[in-house]
Amino acid sequence: MSAVVAEHDDHHDHGPAKGLLRWVITTNHKDIGTLYLLFALAMFFVGGSMAMVIRAELFEPGMQFVNPQFFNSMTTMHALVMVFGAVMPAFVGLANWMIPMMIGAPDMALPRMNNMSFWLLVAGVLLLASTLFMEGGAPASGWTLYPPLVLQTGKALPFAIFSVHLLGISSILSGINIIATIFNMRAPGMTLMKMPMFVWTWLITAFLLIAIMPVFAGAVTMLLTDKFFHTSFFDAAGGGDPVLYQHIFWFFGHPEVYVMILPTFGVASTIIPVFARKPLFGYSSMVYATAAIAFLSFIVWAHHMFTVGMPIAGELYFMYATMLIAIPTGVKVFNWTATMWKGSMTFETPMLFSIAFVVLFTMGGFTGLMMAVAPADFQYHDTYFIVAHFHYTLVPASVFILMAAGYFWLPKWTGHMYDERIGQLHFWLSVVSVNVLFFPQHFLGLAGMPRRIPDYAVQFADWNMISSIGGFVFGASQLLFLYIVIDTIKGGTGEKVTAEVWEDAAKHSLEWTLPSPPPYHTFTTPPTVIPTEHI
Amino acid sequence: MKKTKQLFAGLILMALGLGTVQAEYTLNLMKGATKVSHDIYDLHMLILWICVFIGIGVFGTMFYSIYHHRKSRGHKAAQFHENTTVEIIWTIIPTLILIGMAIPATKAMMELDDVQESEMSIKVTGHQWKWEYEYLDNGIHFFSSLDEASNKARQVGSGIDPFTVDNYLLDVDKPLVIPTKKKIRFVFTAKDVIHSWWVPDLGWKKDANPGFINESWTSVDQPGTYRGQCTELCGKDHAFMPIVVIAMNEPEYNAWVEKQKSALAAEAGSASKQWVKEELIAKGKSVYETNCSSCHMADGAGLAGTFPAIKASKVVTGDINAQVKLMLDGKGMMPAFGKMLSPVDFAAVVTYTRNGLGNSVGDSIQPSAIQTLQSATPGAGK
Repeated sequence: MSAVVAEHDDHHDHGPAKGLLRWVITTNHKDIGTLYLLFALAMFFVGGSMAMVIRAELFEPGMQFVNPQFFNSMTTMHALVMVFGAVMPAFVGLANWMIPMMIGAPDMALPRMNNMSFWLLVAGVLLLASTLFMEGGAPASGWTLYPPLVLQTGKALPFAIFSVHLLGISSILSGINIIATIFNMRAPGMTLMKMPMFVWTWLITAFLLIAIMPVFAGAVTMLLTDKFFHTSFFDAAGGGDPVLYQHIFWFFGHPEVYVMILPTFGVASTIIPVFARKPLFGYSSMVYATAAIAFLSFIVWAHHMFTVGMPIAGELYFMYATMLIAIPTGVKVFNWTATMWKGSMTFETPMLFSIAFVVLFTMGGFTGLMMAVAPADFQYHDTYFIVAHFHYTLVPASVFILMAAGYFWLPKWTGHMYDERIGQLHFWLSVVSVNVLFFPQHFLGLAGMPRRIPDYAVQFADWNMISSIGGFVFGASQLLFLYIVIDTIKGGTGEKVTAEVWEDAAKHSLEWTLPSPPPYHTFTTPPTVIPTEHI
Repeated sequence: MKKTKQLFAGLILMALGLGTVQAEYTLNLMKGATKVSHDIYDLHMLILWICVFIGIGVFGTMFYSIYHHRKSRGHKAAQFHENTTVEIIWTIIPTLILIGMAIPATKAMMELDDVQESEMSIKVTGHQWKWEYEYLDNGIHFFSSLDEASNKARQVGSGIDPFTVDNYLLDVDKPLVIPTKKKIRFVFTAKDVIHSWWVPDLGWKKDANPGFINESWTSVDQPGTYRGQCTELCGKDHAFMPIVVIAMNEPEYNAWVEKQKSALAAEAGSASKQWVKEELIAKGKSVYETNCSSCHMADGAGLAGTFPAIKASKVVTGDINAQVKLMLDGKGMMPAFGKMLSPVDFAAVVTYTRNGLGNSVGDSIQPSAIQTLQSATPGAGK
């Protein structure tokens, strides 16, 4: 009898392994979530430093600090690190932490694969970063890696391509794991149409990931064989076509940018109802809108290529299809507004970041709509106007929502409350500086400044200087976030947080029914009551 | 404090800049110089105002709600969470707005696409990092590179204030000259990587893809100088291959064409004359600065790992014929200059590299010798 009890205890009691090895061999979704989030935060600062180099060089006309080749490496690496090292891993980290706790599952469906996908990510990003120190420098062809230019990369090319393969495998594994978890591990009663929006958006995102990453892998492998094995996929002299690469790349690339925005929508739809103290408006239309956006993302890719030389029928088709995206996206924005309408709102830091997201993402959406109009895009294309557009949809959208998620769930994860005053200071500094940084770039683009240039005509000097000042303030402000994260992990305000943390949060989602911080293993027996306030 | 200093510095720079010719800065898209560019401007303004209008509606509602429906004002939360009528309305209205936008957009697109009935054609070829223009109707053909003043000022640590350079980075040695009030068809291609040809005043940009041909057209009403840049990342000097288009009335344009033709004839004559070494070296210096220095650097030091140095180079200090052959045919990233340089410029730059930039081989080569070699090289020798 006693032997049975001992075995039972053994089984239930084993917490994390001791020492550093815990973080290497862990298969626990919370540990892996933490690893992903911390890695993403570190890469956010690495990619951010590269942005600081870019903004410093653009502070004034003339070449002051770096040579043009290194500048191009910086724009390329900044994008690759931010996309594949910061934003995507941060959302995978959130998925790891939150999806099992939101659907009442004990862990991810495939925990060992989960560990593997994290370490492949680290290997991929480190390999990518190592190209900075290679002969000929890091890739300098832009993150789109267009041939023939990318084939002029020095020794770094095969390393960069292999790193893309690793990152792709890592993302595919995450995608498989998330789908397997959501389809198989939901608590009884947690039907698909009762899942929190964050889980829904990640389910759809995961399908996007496993559909597109192999396409990107194929494209870069063709670059590899063109460079080293005398194929001519993208070389007209051998019967290929450099524009073919662009079609393949953007077939990956457009859904890829939605990989970064759909989970953003999910987090916003999670946070806004809690602080409006009201159910999410139009839950099912939110689900359908997300699915519609995901579907449309596969059939609009050539709007990135309006000036590449397409038949008129192609130009018109891609213009009409792209304009359609405005409809489901509009539905989302209207739903968030309607969720706030007649609520009983309070404005803690997560809510502030979420409101800023709705407003500033919508601005990015407006410029997106403008660029969907093909003839107008003949002017906007490859200027600072598009730089402003996609930074509005990435920084004050995806990154702000990641910040919001951090403030929203840090008390749950750590059991400590962050300092609300510093959080709000961080918010106000960020929201002002991000607009000083990116809004003037609309003017620069319309006035005729191309993107990806290290030096510019002097009529662009004023707005570039203002943009750079905004950039430096924004960059410095993010150190506050780093401070808050460390401070909260170490104990924060010292205030004891409840399981619910935020008023009535447990009515919205299951994670708030668990203690803060949650024990190492949660929902080893599934919950019986499914919250429905969010629906 | 730092911020005020920087703004102050900006103001001083602006004051210094008053003495030079620069474009004014603008906030909005420029109207441009063609009917197409005006149509695109109108389209741009239409969408912009639609977005502003929707933005005021949505953000207005949101901020009303943020102000009034807050807990601190004692507002109690309503519990509604759907309303089919409202949801249908806010799906249908945007659809109608989009259709309203698509109609003028389609019209403008059709207009842009129509290259029929053009009166003359110019072939534009993108090179790393200059543009090549070929008038298909009268044989005029030249390269257009960043002008010397900008090129000097834009070197890292040049110490030259860009505000003191006229049209910094937007000026070229040889501008493209076109007649006004004529429908001109452009065909685009590229030699090495993808470039994109953009003059905002003409209303469009078009990619120049290696191995393929793209077309576009323009018709400029007013004489004037219109400036633009390459807009597709094409390597390290992507920022330094501007475009200048000068539109002239028909008589001035015809005079320009005649002048170009006689200059071409004169150049052909000078190729057969005997040049002394010093003349070649002097001419070679400027040829080098325009065509070679962006890779091999102004002092011939090259860029370790990517572009070999000229100074003490085995090729340049070795057999002169081997050097000429390499330059005629190109090698790897080094373009084949056989077609790009005139015999005189070619001979001059060869002689300059062997007797300048720290080299002192002492020999030289005559333009006439180059001319013979160019005509023997397939595809080379214009």
